[in-house]
Amino acid sequence: MDPFTRLQQTVAALKFRARVLAAVRAGFDKRGFTEVTTPVRIAAPAAEEYIDAPPAGAFFLRTSPELEMKRLLCAGMDRIYQIGPCFRAGERGRLHRTEFDMLEFYMAHADYLELLDTIRAIIVEAAISCTGGTKIKARGCEVELGGEWTLLPVREAFRTFANVSADEVAEQESLFEEILVEKVEPNLPKDRPCVLIDYPIRFGAFARAKASDPTLAERWEVYVAGVELANTYGELIDPVVQRERFAAARATRRRLGLTEYPEPTAFLDAIDRGMPPAAGSALGFDRLVMLLAEADSLSEIDFPLDDEQEP
Amino acid sequence: MAMYDAADLKKGLKVEIDGQPYVITDFEFCKPGKGTALYRCKLKSMINGSTMDRTYRPVDKVGIPNLEERDMYYSYHDGQNYVFSDAETYEEISINEEALGKRTYFLIEEALCQGLFFNGKLIDITLPTFIEKVVAETEPGVRGDTASSNVMKPAKTDNGYDVMVPLFINVGDTIRIDTRTGEYAERVSKG
Repeated sequence: MDPFTRLQQTVAALKFRARVLAAVRAGFDKRGFTEVTTPVRIAAPAAEEYIDAPPAGAFFLRTSPELEMKRLLCAGMDRIYQIGPCFRAGERGRLHRTEFDMLEFYMAHADYLELLDTIRAIIVEAAISCTGGTKIKARGCEVELGGEWTLLPVREAFRTFANVSADEVAEQESLFEEILVEKVEPNLPKDRPCVLIDYPIRFGAFARAKASDPTLAERWEVYVAGVELANTYGELIDPVVQRERFAAARATRRRLGLTEYPEPTAFLDAIDRGMPPAAGSALGFDRLVMLLAEADSLSEIDFPLDDEQEP
Repeated sequence: MAMYDAADLKKGLKVEIDGQPYVITDFEFCKPGKGTALYRCKLKSMINGSTMDRTYRPVDKVGIPNLEERDMYYSYHDGQNYVFSDAETYEEISINEEALGKRTYFLIEEALCQGLFFNGKLIDITLPTFIEKVVAETEPGVRGDTASSNVMKPAKTDNGYDVMVPLFINVGDTIRIDTRTGEYAERVSKG
């Protein structure tokens, strides 16, 4: 497609995106959330094992607004959301862009399952407002957003679809991800959103352990039409465990030869003063627009990036 | 041996796996649940067209095949193989029927083609994009059945190639065929 035709396609998509933005904002606003804005260029991205922040001078472009929004929780805000650009080096594909908009929201004193109710209500409201209904046809599936969402524990999914123990494969580098992508994700129900829930603790970077089973992290991910849409944690608020997780992620990054980030001192200072129990969720906003627009790839709905490749 | 990093992989890239050249026909970048990146490829053998799936991790390396393109002219069929001559050296090099498939119907003597060599061995030929053929057999189009320009009917060219053509094509017409797809492209002249 020539660049100008691509641009013309973008115009219609951007108009639709603006409606989704308005609907999502209305959903959060009426539930008492405050929209916040935090810096895009930051000194210290959260040390995550496999997420790379592009450098920006002596700083970095944020990969998510997570640490800054948690500082706001520590400072006394209790229901906050943000929709804004995030960056992840090297991520490119039908469902990935090096620059994308993240919808991230936090609720103090809430359980990670309460956030599922919130996001479900807001997605259903946005679908009705932007498409006139709750049924979407996307990526070859018909999905009813309005009914029950399937809750599937990760252990059960790995047992059912791959006949392996999620805890055992979690011990091996990349095996958990390979089985997730090749055996589990393709078999998840696609006629309704499906929520994978309770991950082995190793896959809960910033999640707290489940009280009833500390080998599991309070984490869920919702898939719509096979697309991973949002990731949610019952947030880790213990500063000691948080430091251990950062140290472990830093060690992995060092071993893999990846950029080492400075210590996020402002975040650690805030969490030392006390973070309220909270749950937080991060949703790929571009993916939500893509699904509601019934498009198959982000390149159909996003303004083209200057270094975009053929999908 | 020169290698690609997994991050270099993309649709259309040609790679070498187990000593064979493959082209990536479909590519999906995956990063499930904050985990390690995975590069999922559908691959097609450039030798025999067989397909397979492979998933690469960021640490993986993939071979870069030693491929070379050279201008060649089609010369003749020696009864078993198809013989091309190198445009510069006039060296004769043959390729078998299996590698050409239905393109054997589109060979024209002295037509300039591109030969693709893997480790010095000829593995594929790119023919001129369009060739012209005379229609030898086809039923006359039925009047009143032409409402849709997409309606096609079977025809046979004078060298025996079966192709779908629009209803207005008659025996004796010269048509242009796209050698990449083997499909009818347009009418050149009426017979």
